[in-house]
Amino acid sequence: MISLNINGHDQDVDVEPSTPLLWVLRDTLGLTGTKYGCGIAQCGACTVHVDGVATRTCITPVSTVEGQEVTTIEGLATDGLHPLQEAWLEDDVVQCGYCQSGQIMSAAELLAANQEPSDADINAAMSGNICRCGTYGRIRCAIKKAAATMRGEAVTK
Amino acid sequence: MSASRRQFIKTTGAAAASGLVLGFYARPSGPLGRLHAAGPFAPNAFVRIATDDVITIIVNKSEMGQGVYTSLPMLIAEELDADWKTIQVEPAPVAPEYAHPIFKMQLTGGSTSIRTSWQQFREAGAAARALLVEAAAQKWSVASSAVRTEQGHAVHGEERLSYGALAATAATLPPPENVTLKDPKDFKIIGTNVKRLEGPSKVDGSAEFGLDVKLPGMLTAVVAHPPVCGGSLVTFEGAKAEAHPGVVKVKPIGTGIAVIAKDFWSARAARDLLEIEWDDGANGDLDTASQRKEYRALADEVGDVAEDHGDTAAALSGAATTVDAVYEVPYLAHAPMEPLNATAHVREDGCDIWAGTQGQSIDQMVAAHITGLAPEKIKVHTTLLGGGFGRRANFESDFVAEAVQVANGESVPVKTVWTREDDIQCGYYRPLYLHKLKAGLDGDGMPNAWYQHVVGESIMAGTPMAAMVENNVDVTSVEGAIHTPYAIPHRRIELTTPNKRLSVLWWRSVGDSHTGFVNESFLDELAEAGKQDPFELRRKLLADQPRHLRVLELAAEKAGWGNPLPAGRAHGIAMRKSFESFVAQVAEVSAEGGKVRVHKVVCAVDCGIAINPWNVEAQMESAIVFGLTAALHGELTLEKGRVQQSNFHDYEMLRMDEMPEVEVHVVQSAEAPTGVGEPGVPPIAPAVANALFALTGKRIRKLPIRL
Repeated sequence: MISLNINGHDQDVDVEPSTPLLWVLRDTLGLTGTKYGCGIAQCGACTVHVDGVATRTCITPVSTVEGQEVTTIEGLATDGLHPLQEAWLEDDVVQCGYCQSGQIMSAAELLAANQEPSDADINAAMSGNICRCGTYGRIRCAIKKAAATMRGEAVTK
Repeated sequence: MSASRRQFIKTTGAAAASGLVLGFYARPSGPLGRLHAAGPFAPNAFVRIATDDVITIIVNKSEMGQGVYTSLPMLIAEELDADWKTIQVEPAPVAPEYAHPIFKMQLTGGSTSIRTSWQQFREAGAAARALLVEAAAQKWSVASSAVRTEQGHAVHGEERLSYGALAATAATLPPPENVTLKDPKDFKIIGTNVKRLEGPSKVDGSAEFGLDVKLPGMLTAVVAHPPVCGGSLVTFEGAKAEAHPGVVKVKPIGTGIAVIAKDFWSARAARDLLEIEWDDGANGDLDTASQRKEYRALADEVGDVAEDHGDTAAALSGAATTVDAVYEVPYLAHAPMEPLNATAHVREDGCDIWAGTQGQSIDQMVAAHITGLAPEKIKVHTTLLGGGFGRRANFESDFVAEAVQVANGESVPVKTVWTREDDIQCGYYRPLYLHKLKAGLDGDGMPNAWYQHVVGESIMAGTPMAAMVENNVDVTSVEGAIHTPYAIPHRRIELTTPNKRLSVLWWRSVGDSHTGFVNESFLDELAEAGKQDPFELRRKLLADQPRHLRVLELAAEKAGWGNPLPAGRAHGIAMRKSFESFVAQVAEVSAEGGKVRVHKVVCAVDCGIAINPWNVEAQMESAIVFGLTAALHGELTLEKGRVQQSNFHDYEMLRMDEMPEVEVHVVQSAEAPTGVGEPGVPPIAPAVANALFALTGKRIRKLPIRL
């Protein structure tokens, strides 16, 4: 048995300790918002936060996150939507949408530490996340918009 | 509402003259028209209105990011005068009335969804509205002509009734014999920026893609495929895999060895424990380097004639200047973000399939063949697609067929999942092409003769769409090379089609994905040889092509073509018509230290009436990234029949740090709407290559770009 804390809830799972966290989330716990894209930490679709750190769950053995707080896209906002999710909707960022959970989780880590990110900051934080539909331009705009919201500034549409 | 089920009603001259279009719509006479849209008021197969005012639009095209779950409902909502907030979408099941009007089967592709549904969906909305108006007129005892509609309500004077309140009465009325469609000047929804209906589900993780399907008792499988495309199984030993925790069964199927387990990771881990001997088959010697040599030699021979105007040979021998070049593009994988997968539940009485698929009718036929069930016993449940780009529709329905084979004989649903490595290494691919070109210029530096010989495998040969191969010419191999809009009087286009070695397939923008690069780059070479500005040469050659010219000039103007750029930067331009739409792009590039960087792309698009301009812009942005990814990074190579690349570390994608600024200008147009999913792809590679030539003097004749 491995004891996990997922989105604020303690949960015990009976899985092989080496199983990637991704597949425990998806297949064991039914949290399918976190996606499989490459399995080798190259695309970022599987990104969650482990104690606030953006983590590629496809290469993270589940045993290594025991005792840590795991936050998935389903638990990112505790009340309504996260400012990033609001901005994503406002800019109609998504296309196929498959990578967007991972994109939002990577962006959320960035904004938690830096609410005035430069383009270079955004490049550094987001270049581990592939979007095959090419929504990068809108993602960049939405991150800046969400950052402004988090700074408490009125956002001009 | 297939064509055969429609009653065709004549268009009156007066209506046509006034710009109104009188519809061809009538309710299907048979039961199919109502079968899948059951509800209080289901006037046809595409609309269902409930008493709580919720309007469900049944969409027969797959949502893979291109926006059909929003743009198609917009067509119906417009004619229905619906309140957009009440619209929801439901994927259509497989049924005749949902067949693609051109392909005659349920298929999403070819950037055809809007242009082939434009009339049909508006008629469906208008017919529903006519019945609601009639229902209101009866309730109020007034003439239907006295009833108007707005925002989901019928209105007469001070009286208002919502569509939900009218649904029950409307459902009892006979269908209208004909309907009148709106004059475009009265559009309230079409032409406005509408956000995606499924958008909220894609930012909170709740959107259900094929890979997210969960069913009671479901198992998960992965399949070991032969390492060489076209290889086959000799023998295998599965005991170790079967003993792996979580594994239920090891099962040989037609395409390899399936490992069925309680979850993905157990199956995936156990697959490594299989001991398999493969026969590499005829492709065991397939090698990209030797294939390119073979294609180069073939290009020197005479090919099948795809197009022949004037006397190209004579014009070339009499030309003041001639220009020769050989261009090449590699095999490419589609690599949608969601790896291929499908879930099948095969029972004695039927089979259910859940898949993110572009080709439901083929899926159904293939599954019927595998299971021995009648096609109507195969139900296809279309989920959202995590990208498609053409990969999720092919004539074998390979990934769906595999899932049905895996699940066939099992008592529970089984989800079969491809790993990313399976996706990159087990086909299908955009073919490798080689083009040999020779052009002649007159004394004024104007091109007057163009010879082009295309060498590459046929996508359509040997498929049910083989009718697209005429006189040995697969039109998808040469589209974009034939029917040039440029006024070049002598043109000869030849095609040589080597035997198909790999499973090749349409890849976003199909033939234009290579002819766009080759033809627009070679035209740039002719501009250089004729000492002309590349934009000005195109303008001259497009003098009689107003729509081409308009996007070309718009892109040039917005990009500031001809204005000085910062040191170390240059512009390149390219223009293509594909999928009936016109797209021009200007790329601004630098190449510091040999590193190609695209700073900005200005794109002008004429796609007729832009249904949802925001989505048109999004599709151009998307296509530019897709084309740029291939131009800068995309290449699959084979050695001994084995694809050398396997995942995103060696089959690289454009990322945020390489993303250019993209500016899209959508031309205002009254023409019927045309494609937007694909037409943005073809111009980007040549625009960048032409810019690099302007910057460095080095001509890029092979993709991906290597300086």
